[in-house]
Amino acid sequence: MATEVGPTSVKAPASGGAPIHHAPKGVGEDNRIATQGRWAAWLLAPTILALSVVIVYPIITAIVMSFQKDAGLDPATGLFVEGGPAGFSNYYNWIFQQCPAPDGGTVDCPPGTLGAQFWSATGTTFFFTIVTVALETVLGFWMAVIMARAFKGRSLVRAAVLVPWAIPTAVTAKLWLFIFAFEGIGNKLFNTTVLWTGSEWPARWAVIIADVWKTTPFMALLILAGLQMIPAEVYEAAKVDGASAWQRFRMITLPLVKPALMVAILFRTLDALRMFDLPYILTGGANNTTTLSILVINQIRQGFNAAAALSTITFIIIFLVAFIFVRFLGANVVEQTGAGKGKK
Amino acid sequence: MTASTSAATELRAEQDRGRKVAQNREKWAQGRTYISAVVILFWCLAPAYWMVVTAFRDVGYTYDTSILPTHVTLDNFKTAFDTSFGNHFGQALLNSLFIGTVVTLVSLVIGVFAAYALARLNFKFKYLVLGFILGASMFPGVALITPLFQLFTNIGWMGTYQALIIPNISFVLPLTVYTMTSFFREMPWELEESARVDGCTQGQAFRKVIMPLAAPAIFTTAILAFISSWNEFLIASQLSSDATQPVTVAIASFAGAQPNQIPYTAIMAAGTIVTIPLVILVLVFQRKIVAGLTAGAVK
Repeated sequence: MATEVGPTSVKAPASGGAPIHHAPKGVGEDNRIATQGRWAAWLLAPTILALSVVIVYPIITAIVMSFQKDAGLDPATGLFVEGGPAGFSNYYNWIFQQCPAPDGGTVDCPPGTLGAQFWSATGTTFFFTIVTVALETVLGFWMAVIMARAFKGRSLVRAAVLVPWAIPTAVTAKLWLFIFAFEGIGNKLFNTTVLWTGSEWPARWAVIIADVWKTTPFMALLILAGLQMIPAEVYEAAKVDGASAWQRFRMITLPLVKPALMVAILFRTLDALRMFDLPYILTGGANNTTTLSILVINQIRQGFNAAAALSTITFIIIFLVAFIFVRFLGANVVEQTGAGKGKK
Repeated sequence: MTASTSAATELRAEQDRGRKVAQNREKWAQGRTYISAVVILFWCLAPAYWMVVTAFRDVGYTYDTSILPTHVTLDNFKTAFDTSFGNHFGQALLNSLFIGTVVTLVSLVIGVFAAYALARLNFKFKYLVLGFILGASMFPGVALITPLFQLFTNIGWMGTYQALIIPNISFVLPLTVYTMTSFFREMPWELEESARVDGCTQGQAFRKVIMPLAAPAIFTTAILAFISSWNEFLIASQLSSDATQPVTVAIASFAGAQPNQIPYTAIMAAGTIVTIPLVILVLVFQRKIVAGLTAGAVK
């Protein structure tokens, strides 16, 4: 494992087994670090530059835009609004669901307009995130435990779970739309007559089921990779000591798989918070399936700047959730990924 | 004497019983594993199978529920490529191929250097850079779309290929970098060391020794990068035109002869065309793909 990097505490990275140099600690070592630092700067420059252009620049632009008024006719009131600096009014309008009023002030947005949907979209987004990630974690764990066992046909199962993952989300959405069609196989199979995309709860469940189908394999594979890191001897020893299956699961599997599990949950949570394709194609955002991402997209053509404010709010929400995960739930992504820190 | 023999027999009987119970339990556990495996297979494959079966079914029998293919026809595939209802599926396939290839190549060429540095070199701010790249990959697409929408409108790029390629790089490049970083850390770097002992510079050692060894890792990363670009929908749905739209957008907006009737069989045919190459690719390189997918999460 590579070691921590600092001006003084220097040890060779031994990720591939052999250390990169054998010089004793001292001046030569510092020079080596300086050389490596220069190399690293050159090698990283293209990536950093590219990401700055495609991510950092748009983000800064979006934040600048979010403090500007949208010029043009207000879709809700039909009044002409001048552009210019807006202060926090775009943010205020979203959070308190206010729309411009004829007298220059603001009124509660009429139901049905985009402005009146902020909190319902936020609620929907979190509802989808919590339910899908919870289901995917439980199902994914179960699948991973099965796939970790030795049985004939195991490789077939491992291949099969990749199929939903490989199907593009847009295709998945259309496929489930067809399965959930009124005359579709879903209703026939369970002998029901549900208009799946026609009312709130069936529509929400349609999105959840499709999402769980599509993304559980990813979760299962990540957890499986974590399970495979646990040496078999640990289980043998516990068995000899008389630990029951449940005890082995709770005392060995869970704690040892936790780092991988937390990263998997973090990845899936952040992904679910920006959910767009599936509800957009499956239900069109109707019947309370509008997520924050869908709301932003619907707003773009009614006013860039208000959309920029909403996308910034979305970004902040996702950032906060990621922060909570890393800070309080111990999902250490950076250590888990890439050049892991040598803790041993 | 007899007492001890009978005791021994009893003990043996006891052991036999114990073994049988253990064997039964083993068999029962094995049986449960198989039942679970079948449930997983069904859950993962049945919907995909349904798509393929429907793709080959005559449009008049769209809602037929027989498990096996019935009223088999290839008409749906013809309908999928038909442009008379305003669909551009054939063009969209080419567009997706083109966009995916460019995005993958650009991300690989740029990302391979960064991955090498992150996996191999010691430098300050390494974790900051890694955090930045990981953060970038978790970035919500909607946060980019608004400024890009306005920017591309202003400079007349709406509906152009570059307007679709550039935002795609924003999420494919971080994915490329961290997948390759994980792969690179697993490689036999002693060989680089020996090359350097033999008088190669670090750059030469990288090009002549490491690059050939890294080829499989780079290829796997390329597949993952291509798939994520191929699947992109959000940005393409807003910034593409009829001429440049990728397949995801084409399928999402697929129209039929009657405006109020969704042409399911044709959509399933289009979905099958889009999916089958990916599924084959993924199954052929299954081991590598899974290693690449999970590279970030465990180590």
